[in-house]
Amino acid sequence: MNIKRRQKWAYLFIIPFFASFLTFSIYPIFYSLYISFHDYNPLTLAMKPVGWSNYARLFASDYFWSSVLNTIEIWLISIIPQLIIALTLSLILNERWVKGKNALRSIYYFPNLITPITIGMLFTLLFGYPGGAINNLFTSLGIFNQAVDFKNTTWLAKTVGGIAICWQNFGYNIIFITAGLHSISTDVYEAAEVDGANAWQRTTKITMPLLRPIMLYIMITSIIGGLQIFDIPKMLFGGATDSYATRTMVLYMYESAFENWQFGYGAAAAYTIALIIGAFSLISILFNAFQGRGRKEAA
Amino acid sequence: MSMQASLSANARARFKRHLCHALLYAVLLVMAAVCFFPFLAMLIGSTQDNLTIATKFSLVPGDKFMDNYNRMMQNKNIWRGFANSIWLAVVNTALCLYFSALTGYAFSKFRFKGRGALFTFIMVVMMLPGQLGVIGFFREVSDMKLLNTYWPLIIPAISNCFAVFFFKQYLDSGLPNELIEAALIDGCGEIKIYHSIVLPCMGAALVTQGVMSFIGNWNSYLNPLLILNKTDLMTLPVLLASIKSGNGASDYGAQYVGILISVAPLLVIFTLANKVIMEKIAIGAAVKG
Repeated sequence: MNIKRRQKWAYLFIIPFFASFLTFSIYPIFYSLYISFHDYNPLTLAMKPVGWSNYARLFASDYFWSSVLNTIEIWLISIIPQLIIALTLSLILNERWVKGKNALRSIYYFPNLITPITIGMLFTLLFGYPGGAINNLFTSLGIFNQAVDFKNTTWLAKTVGGIAICWQNFGYNIIFITAGLHSISTDVYEAAEVDGANAWQRTTKITMPLLRPIMLYIMITSIIGGLQIFDIPKMLFGGATDSYATRTMVLYMYESAFENWQFGYGAAAAYTIALIIGAFSLISILFNAFQGRGRKEAA
Repeated sequence: MSMQASLSANARARFKRHLCHALLYAVLLVMAAVCFFPFLAMLIGSTQDNLTIATKFSLVPGDKFMDNYNRMMQNKNIWRGFANSIWLAVVNTALCLYFSALTGYAFSKFRFKGRGALFTFIMVVMMLPGQLGVIGFFREVSDMKLLNTYWPLIIPAISNCFAVFFFKQYLDSGLPNELIEAALIDGCGEIKIYHSIVLPCMGAALVTQGVMSFIGNWNSYLNPLLILNKTDLMTLPVLLASIKSGNGASDYGAQYVGILISVAPLLVIFTLANKVIMEKIAIGAAVKG
């Protein structure tokens, strides 16, 4: 019935969304691309077309590539324990005899709600030198002989960044893995039990393979999110670590554009970063598809 | 004899099971403690003087909370930032809910030309890394002479891609077409249908998305940082971050108080709405999984 007449209402209803969407989401993306091919003078506000020179300068910059490497390192330091902890806790929480599941999941999830800025500040205070809470706690327990300078030891600074991100996110992953666990039919487990499989075998032979899709999803979202880390490293140790150990690529872009006022160069960095993130996501999707096929052929 | 043997074997098996359970409980509780430890350090730190914080680890709260608080207030008027953040988060959440629900409703219940293509377009843009447009956004806002105003922080709330996706999914299954058709036959206008049938039907989804939007806005950092550089306009995260860079890393106590103030509202919301929040994420997980 009167579909034609109703159509125009639909257009009317989506106009506010698309007006804002085009103005503040789409236009800036293309404007960034345009800026990346220009040299922008922050004083005279003049734009000068410079072709690919911003990209050329970026690709030749050691600082940029070291920030890319930092990002990947911090991401790896955070994602590996994150997945192990989240998987272990989800599997335990999935057992029937555990009490207080919802309360525990809520506690694990809470760090995820806090502003990354606050987390960065909090971890700076906790891992302070010589008198942060961690140093005080560990020296009083006798684990450290003397206070450790987390900030000015390159790999320790990265590790603290990774720990902060892991701490923020593992509870979030628990919820996803739990949803995956709930979607596995109990029939499979009952059949396995009848066949005499013990709890360990049920976990490794049934649960883990069936969790693959959800683990893949977590990996991919974690690549997209993890390679964009910005707020926590910016706040951690005031951004000033030994040899910029915690300067990530998005932080590098931010500094180029908004501290050195090189908009063109920063925009070139933004597009390069997006390509790097896209490439990593693609690799992990292909890798998983390839592995999945190998497994099916073997079976 | 054999009876006794099997009994003791049984007891041993039960003991082994209890031991295993106790170990696993210990793992769960240790991780809960790890989650909680930074908050504990923050709470206790906010009540101690700087010397105590810096030199020993103590679980005994001190009595310096007001001193720390006063030093922080001398540095930055944190309550001004608090009020700005609340105001922005409330306005943005209201706008996001009203317009995203309207857009989701159009995509769910109307068949119009370009519907599929437009929806796919929204989904694709949702996948792009957020920092791609940051520089263009800043230049655009600056060209429009809107720096140091709230407009560039408020208007984008209207176009929340994930909320549109979420509401569309909800309406696809949650609102029967017959209800709308009946209202049309009764001569009800389209706008009235939205206000008096669609929105009331979406109660649960609106609450869920509302809580998430509020938290997202409360935590929003990069855009307010770029747009606002007048202290009076700054939101809480921007203000907190500026305390740090202005003051160096020395004043532990005052910083702990500031962090406490920024975390407190989240703690309240999470206590009240934790079920809603956990469900929303589980829905997201179910959609993707």
